[in-house]
Amino acid sequence: MTAKTFAQKAIERASGVADLVPGQIVDAFPDLYMSHTASWRCIRTLEKMGVEELYDVNRVAMVMDHLSPAMNAKTAADHALCREFAQKMGVKNFFDVNSGIAHIVLMEHGLVRPGQFIIGTDSHSTIYGALGAFGTGVGFSEITAAWVTGKLWVKVPESVRIVIDGDLAPGVYAKDIMLKLIGDLGADGLTYESVEFSGSYVEGMSVSERMTFCNLAMEMGAKNAFVAPDDTTLAYLDEAGVPRDELDILLPDEGATYRATVRLDGPTLAPQIAVPHTVDNVVGVGDVAGTKLDQVFIGSCANAKYDDLVIAADVLAGHRVAPGLRLIVTPASAKIMAQASDSGVLTKLIQAGAMITNPGCGACAGNGGAMADGETTLSTANRNFQGRMGSYDSKIFLSSPATAAASAIRGVITDPREIVATAVVA
Amino acid sequence: MGSEHRVGGKIITFGENVNTDVIIPGRYLVSIDPAELAEHAFEPLGPETQARLRASDVVVAGRNFGCGSAREQAATCLIGAGIKAVVAASFSRVFFRNAINTGLVAVESPAAAEAAADGGEMWVDYDAGTVEVGGQTFPFSPYPQVLREIMADGGLIPHLMASFAGGKQ
Repeated sequence: MTAKTFAQKAIERASGVADLVPGQIVDAFPDLYMSHTASWRCIRTLEKMGVEELYDVNRVAMVMDHLSPAMNAKTAADHALCREFAQKMGVKNFFDVNSGIAHIVLMEHGLVRPGQFIIGTDSHSTIYGALGAFGTGVGFSEITAAWVTGKLWVKVPESVRIVIDGDLAPGVYAKDIMLKLIGDLGADGLTYESVEFSGSYVEGMSVSERMTFCNLAMEMGAKNAFVAPDDTTLAYLDEAGVPRDELDILLPDEGATYRATVRLDGPTLAPQIAVPHTVDNVVGVGDVAGTKLDQVFIGSCANAKYDDLVIAADVLAGHRVAPGLRLIVTPASAKIMAQASDSGVLTKLIQAGAMITNPGCGACAGNGGAMADGETTLSTANRNFQGRMGSYDSKIFLSSPATAAASAIRGVITDPREIVATAVVA
Repeated sequence: MGSEHRVGGKIITFGENVNTDVIIPGRYLVSIDPAELAEHAFEPLGPETQARLRASDVVVAGRNFGCGSAREQAATCLIGAGIKAVVAASFSRVFFRNAINTGLVAVESPAAAEAAADGGEMWVDYDAGTVEVGGQTFPFSPYPQVLREIMADGGLIPHLMASFAGGKQ
């Protein structure tokens, strides 16, 4: 029998078809269908179809994250439609506007498990690979079709291995690695590919860092991303309440065929930044240091988990946000916000001058934190497209939470190592 | 000529990495009406581009067209603007799926995209697998069977409804 990649195994499991090869198109039966703000569009489409019975309501998960809380009567009505639908159909996995970002919320609640095939109405559904699942983004029509038929057409992707060895220097983080890879490989460098991360750095990563990795793999065009489940994964799943005897871990075979292997040496990396208006327009932070900022946003499914907030708070400790600069911090989930509240991290951020907003997608989805003409934001999110955060005549840079926090202190783009180096060592 | 699979007309060209926030900004996703969405298609590029889009039939672009969000409206707004086909050097994965699933012809052909001139004409026959532009014909691999069936019915949802009506799953 030939050795198989993770993607081959995951799609074989989801489709029931054996011995799949890249390029083959099969019907797969996903374990979970996530819909976020697009949920109301799925419901309206279902109504149009005149279908009242769902294939498996237990595989439906709805999270009201992009426009939370509602901004106006229209979005409020959309939320109301989703609530009523969930009630009527018996959707147990319904998470309302107080919950946070869909991806993070589902993982915290034990709804994402190794080996599963998961589709979501959000391109960053690749993030589920952080727990060893096959996650991929689709349109709302496809989620609606899955609600009804339980299946969708899927092409078996080729796979690429990304191997990162060695520790990172102080002030350098998982986000910097991903920005570097996106810059080197390009925004379409891995289109339609399944990405498998490995190497000594990856094995040592927290689940949160694995989320950052798998989330951002989408920005190279990846269909899905994967980190092999290990003890770190199991500990996270334990906390999320997933019984170990229900796990069906899938690992790539030794000797599986990869289109390419990309290697990155961790210790040599410096902090990176994506320059407007494309994610692959990446340079070292030093190259654009001094660029004036009007706003810093620490949020999104890429970098607003608990450890991201801790990193930002540690950099900001003993400092104040520069006069005239707005620092917006949006925790990724209610659970993370509560944890940051309990530990005093939120207080530290607030004392430094940050404005804390409710958990959710926030400014990354254009909901609050918009920019005026000519303004510039440094964001920890995953996209810097023109006009994504307000005016079409504004700019978004992307960085790690450490670079974002350091830059908030100075009011200009700043290498975080400069701030940390000047801090009083206890 | 005359094939129901043959669509095309006037070309509007774009560059590389045209993303979904430029095609349809996130603030307009509160609608699913193609005509309403079309009002805001390519808004970041200004009214002149928008006017030319509405006067065009085929969008031609470089690499990675539709990168970014999974928002299906990036395909729907083009349909609303009267676009019959998108021909690009390459597509982002999700945009390609959304195009097929909304019934918008999407063809990867770097050579045809290269040969296209803004304001010229292009015709796509997605059954035969050809793109005609500037007096030349470029072949492309025809869609797999499952995608042809979806296209023939005008998109994924109409395809499903047709399946139900036909008593098959």
